Amino acid sequence: MKKEKKWPEAWHEVKVGAMVFEPCSAREYLTGSWRAQRPQFNNLRCIKCGLCYIFCPEGCISQNAEGFFEADLDYCKGCGICAHECWPGAITMVEEG
Amino acid sequence: MAKRVGMEVAIAVAEAVGMCNVDVAACYPITPQSHIAEHLSDIVADGRSDTEYVTVESEHSAISVVAGASGTGARAYTATSSQGLMLMHEILPIISAMRLPICIAVANRAVSGPLNILNDHSDIIPQRDAGWIVMFSENGQEAIDLSIQSFKIAEREDVLLPVAVNIDGFQLTHMVEPVEFPEQKAINKFLPPRKPYATLHPDKVVTMGAFAMSDIFAEVMKAKDEALKNSKKAILEVWAEWERTFGRRYRPVETYKADDAETLLITMGSMGETAEIAVNELREKGLPVGLVKLRLWRPFPFEEFRAAVRKAKLLIVTDRAVSFGGPGGPVYGEIRSALYNEKERPDVYDYIIGLGGRDVAVDDFTAMVEKAVKDHKKGLKKDYEFYGVREK
Repeated sequence: MKKEKKWPEAWHEVKVGAMVFEPCSAREYLTGSWRAQRPQFNNLRCIKCGLCYIFCPEGCISQNAEGFFEADLDYCKGCGICAHECWPGAITMVEEG
Repeated sequence: MAKRVGMEVAIAVAEAVGMCNVDVAACYPITPQSHIAEHLSDIVADGRSDTEYVTVESEHSAISVVAGASGTGARAYTATSSQGLMLMHEILPIISAMRLPICIAVANRAVSGPLNILNDHSDIIPQRDAGWIVMFSENGQEAIDLSIQSFKIAEREDVLLPVAVNIDGFQLTHMVEPVEFPEQKAINKFLPPRKPYATLHPDKVVTMGAFAMSDIFAEVMKAKDEALKNSKKAILEVWAEWERTFGRRYRPVETYKADDAETLLITMGSMGETAEIAVNELREKGLPVGLVKLRLWRPFPFEEFRAAVRKAKLLIVTDRAVSFGGPGGPVYGEIRSALYNEKERPDVYDYIIGLGGRDVAVDDFTAMVEKAVKDHKKGLKKDYEFYGVREK
C-alpha cells in the first residue's frame, strides 16, 4: 500500500478545512527550525540539579544514562530559559549555524 | 398546493428555518433581527421543532456555539444584525477556513456611530472578505426561499462553506407580505439530513482549526479562495433544482427590462422593487432604462454580470454603504474592477443612498437616472456622489 503523504505539497492537496485526521501528529512538526540560538551543555560544571529540565517550556530537555542533561534540538526553540536558570553556569547559548 | 399567507417577513423566515430540521440554533436578539430570534425560540418552545436552541449572552458566543455545533456534524443556524455581526466578525473567517456549513440571516442595519437601528448595508459589507457565501433577498418570499436553500448550498460536499442571507432591516424584516411556504414534505425531500465531511467525535479523532505557519498558510488560503469561487456552480445547481421543485427561479444577477437598455440601474437587496417601478416610469417617458439586481455578492458573479451589462452605455450603481476614503461605494468599486479588462466598457456612476434608513423612493431613482443621463450626455466623467445629502 502506498503511504499517504504527510504534508500537502501544493494547494490542491490541502484537505478540506485544513483538517488533521492523524492524532498526535503535532510531534512531526519540528519546531526546532525556528531557533536562532542553541544551548550548549558543559558537563564539567553540571551538578545534575535538573533545573533546566524543570524549567524548559518545551519539555525537550531529558536526562541521559550518565545523569547529565541534553536538549532535543528537533524541538528546542532556543528560548534560553535553561541557560538563565542554570546557576552553576553549565549552559551557554551559542549562535545557531 | 402550498398556501399563501400574510405574514411579517422576520416571522416567516423563522417559520421557514423551523421547517429545515435545524439541529442547533443560537441567537442573540438584536434589532431588527429580534423577531427571527424570538419566533424561532417560540417554535422550539412549542415543540414544533426539535432544534437545540441555545440562549447565549452575546453574538460572539452565538456564532461560536454554532461553529462548535457544526463541527460535530449538526445543522446549525444563527441570525444577527449590525453591531452583532461586527461582534461575530472575529469568528467568521475561522468558520469559512474550517469549512463549516453554517447558515446565518443578517437583518441589515447601519453600523454605529452615530447609533442607528435602521437599514443599510454597512454591516455585511465589512464582512465581505471573510470567505462566506453572501446573498441578498429582495422581498419576503426570497428571504424564505434563500434561507431554505442556504442549508442545501452550504452543506453540499463540493461547497462546505457558510452562507449569509441578507434581509434588509425593517424595509423587509418588519413588513407584512404575502408569502408562500413550501410543504414540509417537499422541504424534507429538498433538504435531506446533513452528511458531514468530518465530525468532532472521540472515536474518530480529527483536529479542526489547527496551527499553520508561513510554510503552508498561503496554500490553505488559496484552497479557500478556490472553494468559494467554485461554489457558484453548486449554487446554480441548487437554484435549478429549486426551480424544478417549487417553480421560482433564482439567478446570481437578475435583470429587469435590461435587454435593450442603454442605461442600467444596479441595486442590491430590497431596493430592487422600488427601482422596477422607477424603470417603468422612465420607460414611459421614453428613456431606455433597465435594471440589474445583484443577488450573489460573494462569490461575485463576474460572468453573469458582464453578460447582463454588455450592451449598456451607462451604469448607475446604487450603494447602501460607504467605503470611506476609498472608491466611494463598495459595489461601485467591485463593478468597476469587474469591467476593467473589457475592451468596450460602459461608464459607471455611483450614488450612495439610503444610509441609516433614509427613504429611497421611486422619485429618487428617476431623479438619479435623469441627472446621470444628462451629465453623461455632456461627457462628464464622474465619481461617486452622496445622493440627497443636504448642502448649503
